Amino acid sequence: MKKAFELFWSFFKIGAFTLGGGYAMLSMVEKAVVDQKKWIPNDEFWDMIAVVQSLPGVFAVNTALYVGHRVAGTKGAFAAMLGAIIPSITIILLLATVFHEFRDNPVVERIFKGIRPCVVALILAPSLRMIKSAKVTWKTAIIPITTVFLIWWCKISPAYVILAAIAGSLVYALIINRKAKKKEVKP
Amino acid sequence: MIYLQLLWVFVKIGVLGFGGGYAMLSLIQHEVVDNYGWMNTTEFADMVAISQMTPGPISINLATYVGYTATNGNVLGSLLASFALCLPSVIMVYLILKLFMSKKNNALMTNTLKGLKPAIAGLIFAAGLSMMNLQNFPDFGRGQYNISVVICVLAFVASYFFKANPIFLIVLSGIVGFFAY
Repeated sequence: MKKAFELFWSFFKIGAFTLGGGYAMLSMVEKAVVDQKKWIPNDEFWDMIAVVQSLPGVFAVNTALYVGHRVAGTKGAFAAMLGAIIPSITIILLLATVFHEFRDNPVVERIFKGIRPCVVALILAPSLRMIKSAKVTWKTAIIPITTVFLIWWCKISPAYVILAAIAGSLVYALIINRKAKKKEVKP
Repeated sequence: MIYLQLLWVFVKIGVLGFGGGYAMLSLIQHEVVDNYGWMNTTEFADMVAISQMTPGPISINLATYVGYTATNGNVLGSLLASFALCLPSVIMVYLILKLFMSKKNNALMTNTLKGLKPAIAGLIFAAGLSMMNLQNFPDFGRGQYNISVVICVLAFVASYFFKANPIFLIVLSGIVGFFAY
């Protein structure tokens, strides 16, 4: 029980003080879990993160569940998860109450009129950076272009697009794995 | 009824949300703005700005905000949306721990994700494009000054080429908005 509470508190602090989403909190989790508490050895931690990264859902929550389970079982998993999300929920609830009250205030409206176009830029920029890091060539550019066309122009639910993309990627991965296996057998 | 819809929407997003908070943005936008009409695009943009500026996972911030707005300010809506988003994670992490923890499956998964990445990038780009409308750019095409377009282009350059801090950019454009409008 003591460990579960420690997990809750560690992730609570991380949830309350990290700005910028999942990846920004990773170094804080490492510091708390690997360096300070020494709950998990360094190499195991990074192996674990590699698995967690490939899961859908909230990255911070997946990490909390995994670390919590590894350290203190089911109790630990839930303690860590709650610690990671309670600060968010509390802060947003407070802000949402205030914002719903004041969003028609002319000063607030002016400020957010300036912020909205910036938000659009903040969404477009990382998507282009992602295309660059995924090493998209002129040939494979058809994938993101089709995705944009289907969602933005045809208004098809992104859910279907993701499912189709998963199916396609799985086939691609299976082919790569088979090729890798053939190479292993030959020499 | 609205609670069931919230539950269904966020469980779905929890299952299909590959690639982090920004990738979920497109899913959330489709359901919340287009499908159920819980908020319009300006509200959506405001919510993204608030979620970006506050600590914690962006998608949890978004879920909490959507739950609150969709139920006209009910805390239960917030809690339900946030927990619905986490529910698939709970199940999946357990399955992974119990069943699939082999190197072979892991390699397959990594390669699948590699293939998925370009599509996710397109997904995020589409979310940004859908927000380029007269609601978020109210002065577009009116008069010779297009402050909103200038803000968007400058923020894009700062973010893409110089990796400027997003919170800094949001605060700065808020200040510009205050003085310009």
